[in-house]
Amino acid sequence: MSTAITRDYTPGFYEGDRPKLVTSRFEYEDSYTLERYLSTGGYDGLKKALEMGPEAMSGEVKASTLLGRGGAGFPAGVKWGFTPQGVWPRYLVVNGDESEPGTYKDRLLMERDPHQLIEGCLIACYAAGLSQCFLYVRGEMAVAHERLADALNDGYEAGYIGKNIMGTDFSVDVILHWGAGAYVVGEETALIESLEGERGMPRLKPPYFPAAIGLYGQPTIVNNVETLANLPFIAANGSAAFTAIGTETSPGTRMVAISGHVKRPGVYEIVNGTTTFRDIIYGNEFCQGIRDDNELKAFVPGGGSAPWFVSDQLDIPFEGREASAAGSMLGSGAVMVMDSTTDIPEAALTLTRFYAHESCGKCVPCREGGTWLLRILERICSGHGTDADLDQILEVGQSICPGEMPHAASERIGLDATPFPYKMTTICFVGPSAYAPLHSALTLFRDEFEAKVVPAPKRISIPVAVAGS
Amino acid sequence: MSRLTDHNVALAREIIVRYPRKKSALIPLLHLSQEQNGYVTDEAMRHLAELLNLTPAEVLGTATFYEMFKFEPVGTYVINVCQTMSCALLGAGKLMHHAEEALGIKAGSTTDDGLFTLEPAECQAACTGAPTLQVNYRHRYNVTTDAFDALIDDLRSGALSSEIPPHGTLGRNRQQIPADKFVGAPDPDDVSEGPAWVPVPSPANATEDKS
Amino acid sequence: MSTEESSVTEPVVADGDVSGDVVLDDADSAVTEPEPDPDVVMVTLNGREVAARTGELVIAAAERHDTYIPHFCYHPRMKSVGMCRQCLVEVDTGRGMQLQPSCMITVSPEMKIDTESSTAKRAQEGMIELLLANHPLDCPVCDKGGECPLQDQAFSHGPGESRYIEEKRHYEKPIPISDLVLLDRERCILCDRCTRFADEVAGDKLIQFTQRGNQTQVMTFHDEPFASYFSGNTVQICPVGALTAEPYRFKARPWDLAAEESTCTSCSVGCRVVVQSSRDEILRYQGVDSDPVNHGWLCDRGRFDFEAVNSELRLDDPMVKTDAGLTVTSWNAALTAAQQLISDALGAGGAEAIGILGGARGTNEDAFAWAQLADALGVTYRDAQVGDGLPASILGLDRATIDEAASASTIVLLGPDLKEELPVLYLRLREAATNGGSTLVEFSTVDTGLTQYAAHSIRYQPGLQADAVSDNAELLAGDGSVVVVAGRSNLAESPDETMAALAAVLAANPNAKMLPALRRGNVVGALSVGMAPADPDHDGLATLRAAADGKIDLLVLVGADPLNDCPDVQLARRALAGARRIISIDTHPSESTKHADVVLAAAAYGEKRGTTTNIEGRVSTLVDKVTTTGTARPDWMIAAELSLMLDLEGGLAQVTSVEEVTSAIAAQVPGFSGVTLEALATDRNGVLAEVVPALLAPVTRRAGQRNSYDHRLVVSRKLYDRAVGTAMSHSIAKLAPGAGAHLHPLDVDALGANSGSDVQLIGERATAILPVVANSAVPRGIVWAPFNQGGAVEDLIDGNAAVIDLKIEVL
Repeated sequence: MSTAITRDYTPGFYEGDRPKLVTSRFEYEDSYTLERYLSTGGYDGLKKALEMGPEAMSGEVKASTLLGRGGAGFPAGVKWGFTPQGVWPRYLVVNGDESEPGTYKDRLLMERDPHQLIEGCLIACYAAGLSQCFLYVRGEMAVAHERLADALNDGYEAGYIGKNIMGTDFSVDVILHWGAGAYVVGEETALIESLEGERGMPRLKPPYFPAAIGLYGQPTIVNNVETLANLPFIAANGSAAFTAIGTETSPGTRMVAISGHVKRPGVYEIVNGTTTFRDIIYGNEFCQGIRDDNELKAFVPGGGSAPWFVSDQLDIPFEGREASAAGSMLGSGAVMVMDSTTDIPEAALTLTRFYAHESCGKCVPCREGGTWLLRILERICSGHGTDADLDQILEVGQSICPGEMPHAASERIGLDATPFPYKMTTICFVGPSAYAPLHSALTLFRDEFEAKVVPAPKRISIPVAVAGS
Repeated sequence: MSRLTDHNVALAREIIVRYPRKKSALIPLLHLSQEQNGYVTDEAMRHLAELLNLTPAEVLGTATFYEMFKFEPVGTYVINVCQTMSCALLGAGKLMHHAEEALGIKAGSTTDDGLFTLEPAECQAACTGAPTLQVNYRHRYNVTTDAFDALIDDLRSGALSSEIPPHGTLGRNRQQIPADKFVGAPDPDDVSEGPAWVPVPSPANATEDKS
Repeated sequence: MSTEESSVTEPVVADGDVSGDVVLDDADSAVTEPEPDPDVVMVTLNGREVAARTGELVIAAAERHDTYIPHFCYHPRMKSVGMCRQCLVEVDTGRGMQLQPSCMITVSPEMKIDTESSTAKRAQEGMIELLLANHPLDCPVCDKGGECPLQDQAFSHGPGESRYIEEKRHYEKPIPISDLVLLDRERCILCDRCTRFADEVAGDKLIQFTQRGNQTQVMTFHDEPFASYFSGNTVQICPVGALTAEPYRFKARPWDLAAEESTCTSCSVGCRVVVQSSRDEILRYQGVDSDPVNHGWLCDRGRFDFEAVNSELRLDDPMVKTDAGLTVTSWNAALTAAQQLISDALGAGGAEAIGILGGARGTNEDAFAWAQLADALGVTYRDAQVGDGLPASILGLDRATIDEAASASTIVLLGPDLKEELPVLYLRLREAATNGGSTLVEFSTVDTGLTQYAAHSIRYQPGLQADAVSDNAELLAGDGSVVVVAGRSNLAESPDETMAALAAVLAANPNAKMLPALRRGNVVGALSVGMAPADPDHDGLATLRAAADGKIDLLVLVGADPLNDCPDVQLARRALAGARRIISIDTHPSESTKHADVVLAAAAYGEKRGTTTNIEGRVSTLVDKVTTTGTARPDWMIAAELSLMLDLEGGLAQVTSVEEVTSAIAAQVPGFSGVTLEALATDRNGVLAEVVPALLAPVTRRAGQRNSYDHRLVVSRKLYDRAVGTAMSHSIAKLAPGAGAHLHPLDVDALGANSGSDVQLIGERATAILPVVANSAVPRGIVWAPFNQGGAVEDLIDGNAAVIDLKIEVL
């Protein structure tokens, strides 16, 4: 009767003997219920937090060096500390607008363990003195909405949310907010604009750093779902238990989605900082190698925006600074693997198309440049490109990301790495993201692009303006 | 009937008071109107403008920014086939061609019976189950062409009607905040002191003004 | 690129305080080490050290120091959005040079700014290339060509050629987004100027960005046009040719336009404008950024009513009444006839038998010359108002400037709907309330444009305004500055009621300053230079009453049209019938000129030099950009010639130029001694005349309570009505809303009427039939009707009555 399609795709993220800070309940069918949550230590962290007081709790978060899991990797405790003294009210906005290509973890956390996220939100509000919490969930995640709505309703009913939580003077509402389909809203200032009912167009930083001038112009903490999902563990077990896992600069675990041409794609909670890309792609408890035992051609190390890595970078650990030095970034924890059969320009096209499509239109380099890059790449992939187009891509790119572009080293073509990050003429990262992966693909695999183009007949030159002459 | 029904106006008012500023409720209310009518009608946008004290142009500006809002009738089932990298690497293009043939329409259009709208989509946060698609924003993973055909059959026969509500319904349940537990939205203009549980800071900090 | 050329599109900041060198000079001239000025930040701009102001944007500081940074979205009168990225420059705040949008970064001590580094230049060239990628480059057929910031900056800061060979975006070519404005989305570069203006400045959020990314476009809601009174400003600030104005489209090329600065006299705010003409025809006004007045903005009536000057219906030549009716004649003959009428009237009934009305539509010089003539003749029946304003004695109160009003702690509104009558003052006060921290306290009978921004909007029934003020006196007391804006809120109510309310405000707060909201272009100037009545028994209404009673032998209408201007239209009719002879000096034929025995064709706005006085008492210059139509002459010249012909003592018989009249005003008119030709030439923002203190005359309040079965009448102006300036300008004439009786929806229901159906308004004097309009802005028990819309509501108005109560019956 049922269709042959897997409905709730739950790959092997609970296999192996690894610490599970945020996925500990995923093995239960009813992991999303309050009943299961309470029977597995749920809301213990909040209880501990309420006992130790807000200052001590935020001290624990600071001591844990919990890095934001949304992409920028900024320490959450430090971020909370940027709120100006004595300015009230302050808000918490939960960034559940997960849409970075390749990224698939926040949705799981919302669908599979919504109470863990809610508890994390409550701990954050309590510790940082935030008066209201908005859970901004990507619109296209209907199941997450349903699970979170149920969890919130149960939580209110049971006295964990709302007025006088667990009998204390801690009172905060957690409001479930629906997005409506716009990738750029994952950028924190655009998220705030969207939450204010506006078009989700990013604001300029400075002056609009959310911690100072955020939602309704008030101090606002914007945290990613996974970041907040770590708080119940830290509250319940202390920061020392958290920093005992991973490395000093990258403590704890991370959820990483590995997709593409691997044998066992999945979302895995890995130990931060030490696990290498080779472990993830080839390791037995992870992806177990490339499909059909093909050669690895390239992989995206940190979500669609990231410059690509090749086999030369397999032994780099999942650690932000090392990834930057090697010419890319870890971003939102998404690895996309391309095997030797991959048509590189076509693969790059899917990303450039994504970012051009998702441009909000606010700033010119992204709005015009992203689409220009897309048009050129479409022509190349459909056999109508010329060799001049390849240089033109780099020229348009210079208008978006001036100066040297980061890319990985490649022994195959004798290339050294240029470290991350790039400079940009845009407000946010959407514009550069239409270019950075394309640039790295073109740099690492120029031969594949050249194979698709013909020599340019004659340079076409169009005067910029024809009036007044 | 495309203004909000009385029932939905009551729901809208419940949603509006959750936010410190009315306009914040705009996107949730656009969803509500789309749930009622299947798409966002002009009349509904005018009605939302009234409810939120906006101009219809402001409603239009926000609404058209977001892809989930449709301004013309769409099928009961909107099928979004992911086209981004991981899915593309694993046959999303082939799946889309098959879908177009199976439904007899081009991507971006609706079948004559009004049952299906087929759209290309960008990353659906399900990359490990590529290729994926969504039916009214409910995921389907590792979709082969056979699986696609079976899905269409099930949707036609109504076998999935309990799992997949008609287009516009975001969640089959909603957040409901009991009145006695509702704290209320703190108005940024009317709150000047920290929340009750935060220890009163030293006077030097307390008097510091925001600039 | 020449920034000079685009100075009209980029409003010129005419702030007297703009020169950045002043501060530096001070520092240089100091002998000892000066105290560091906390308002000055020293920065390095392209290698030289310059003084910026604390909090100043880099782009503004650079421009003050003659370093132009290319930009499109930045506009000094609106919030920066950093959208176009054209103004990227390299900025070093201690962490090395970084590309930053100079419209979003404020100066900081020791900041290094490089606007011309190779990185900055590459970024700027890159932006131009990207902006032009989808721009149609249809400059040869674009109105903006020749004054287009995109075109100019493509030449000055662009790469010189485009490498974009893909297909451009296509949209339907210009679509009307209102009756006045067309939008070409292909040309649009999405700088957010027009949409920001509509949101932030005008408060008319009728145009928005719609769609997203590469498909983003400016749009209205489907059937709600951009019907803003300020829509023309978006055309002016559009940095490309995306927005064009119907009245100017395809009329001229910028290089064919000759331009001179002047002041708009459509109302009495006194907005500075540039008058542009080609082939001796006025084709366009553009707003000039006068810091104390209009900030570069104009209302659409002010912007587009130049069409009336060009109207084919203008009076070209003088006329005298013969058996065949009004007949064109020579000036010699017409002036001789006028002289004869004056001499006859003097001979028959003396100076008491002559009335002179008008002056508010002309220049200070016009009004002064006629006042001098009146003085020389001994005429006491004179007024620049015809029962449509307030007693001139309010000009003797401590007067606020517009800036003082816009920065007051509390702004009290007693006047009319400023959005309808003094639109740019509305913009200034709206900004004060939304951004400036001013508290608006409004006393009005119906909702006005400012109601939604008012902290307190208090409704009263006509006749009870002073009581409403007294009841809320606590809102007006306090230490902060208080400015009361006083004007005639209801033409169907005695001005005594407003005067009583004004007195009540001053009783509640004796330190309150007053800003008069009298509408007619130069009414304050005319009243100040001598056209004010000596006493209420000789004011405009008294003059008309005397004429109606047959006591006036000669009525001189100097740009006055009592049949259109006087609220008590029945009185005006009787007066024109009762005056034995009438001389009319006017620009256009009107109802009143039909009754004239001699019609003297007057030069119109833009055809004569002189000065005008705004509500603050600010005197600024007017320019004669085009030659007069036909043989028309300025009013002052006519007065001077008649003085000469009548061989009058004093007067202005000997003057030969308008400048002499201006100097005579400075020499003779109290308060105008500083308004010299030199002072006017020095400051383009004009010169404030001084207030001559006077006491408010006590008034008697007569209004009683309304019977519950009556409706009390409120009549007030809309921006567009059937007055000459609007009616003779075809682009805006059609925007007049038309006559109607507006009632609260529940009152409409109670009457059993439907919106649109005709009702009878039954007053003591007359019965008027008007279509009823359900309007929730009108409180219950009140009927509001717009003035001078061609209906019969004016027939109900009795200039003697305190208030007008009506019965309403459904037809």
